[in-house]
Amino acid sequence: MTDLLTKHSFVELGARQRTQALLDAGTYRELIDPFQRVMSPWLSRQGVVPQADDGVVIAKGSVEGLPVVIAAIEGNFQGGSLGEVGGAKIAGALELAAEDNRNGIPTRAVLLLETGGVRLQEANLGLAAIADIHAAIVDLRQYQPVIGVVAGSVGCFGGMSIAAGLCSYLVVTREARLGLNGPQVIEQEAGLDEYDSRDRPFIWSLTGGEQRFNSGLADRYVADDVAQIQQTVSALLLQGVPQQQRSRRAEFYLARLAELDATPQIEPATVRALYQGERP
Amino acid sequence: METLSFEFPAGQPPTGRALVGCVGSGDLEVLLEPGIAGTLTIQVQTSVNGAEQRWRHLFERIFQEQTPPALNIDIHDFGATPGVVRLRLEQGFEEIGHD
Repeated sequence: MTDLLTKHSFVELGARQRTQALLDAGTYRELIDPFQRVMSPWLSRQGVVPQADDGVVIAKGSVEGLPVVIAAIEGNFQGGSLGEVGGAKIAGALELAAEDNRNGIPTRAVLLLETGGVRLQEANLGLAAIADIHAAIVDLRQYQPVIGVVAGSVGCFGGMSIAAGLCSYLVVTREARLGLNGPQVIEQEAGLDEYDSRDRPFIWSLTGGEQRFNSGLADRYVADDVAQIQQTVSALLLQGVPQQQRSRRAEFYLARLAELDATPQIEPATVRALYQGERP
Repeated sequence: METLSFEFPAGQPPTGRALVGCVGSGDLEVLLEPGIAGTLTIQVQTSVNGAEQRWRHLFERIFQEQTPPALNIDIHDFGATPGVVRLRLEQGFEEIGHD
């Protein structure tokens, strides 16, 4: 009970409030704000109500006095899916941050990821935007850290799970999930016996934040608490770029996967044991 | 999906603008911006068809009690109940008052 009164949930905040919570007080400045009405031109034509910011908030400001751009996805709008506009907003923000660095301004980036991946109604345009986001992360992370935060409750899936994997550092909570395919897609492909998408403890045991952290696929495991997430993100921003990006360790992961016996049903502990050997 | 337009008598325009809510299940997004003195315009884009009368009655009931400020209001609705619509509008009016 005391916990409930003193802690402020990050998961319960919307994308705009999350962004405001992470930036130094009074420094928040939104780019392409909702009043500019840069909305998806595709949703209305398909009978889907659009949102004024297309579900993506881009804001500049500072964290501990350091210049930062934050891109936050609103998970409650269309499952946090990325279409042409929202995707371009994120890619553009990251590209401008890299440009800043080439001009001597050390802008860092934070991505607040609540997304099912590409927005199916916008198909290839969303996929192209996500590819642009990937390229922009890889460009920016040579100069300054790009920090991904998956707080929940949507999680991070599809092409954006690759974006999460490309981040310099990844922060997760217990509510978070991270996976290339969502549970229902896997169930459809693998069958109910192998993967029951309605079995929540089972889903979280394999793709949840705690499991991903203990398997070395995330760098920080935090409570759903605004102050703790703010402190963790600040500390990582100050830490600078990691010695080795996780996505450059493909050889290590391939070697580990080669050892795996895929015949029996894979248990969460099997994955941890497989990956946790040499944590960087 | 349907797009509806409404107009109501209003007072003076406020100085600020506000955004409340989200186009999420059972919720709506409301953008409130200063309008022309004496007129309140509302544009509603809603996922629920055939509900024009319900929107009209709801707005009339709210604005009967108190003359609203002159605003241009944009609503993106994702199946919000009248109760939720009313709460969001009141939240928006309150936030505009704070600026």
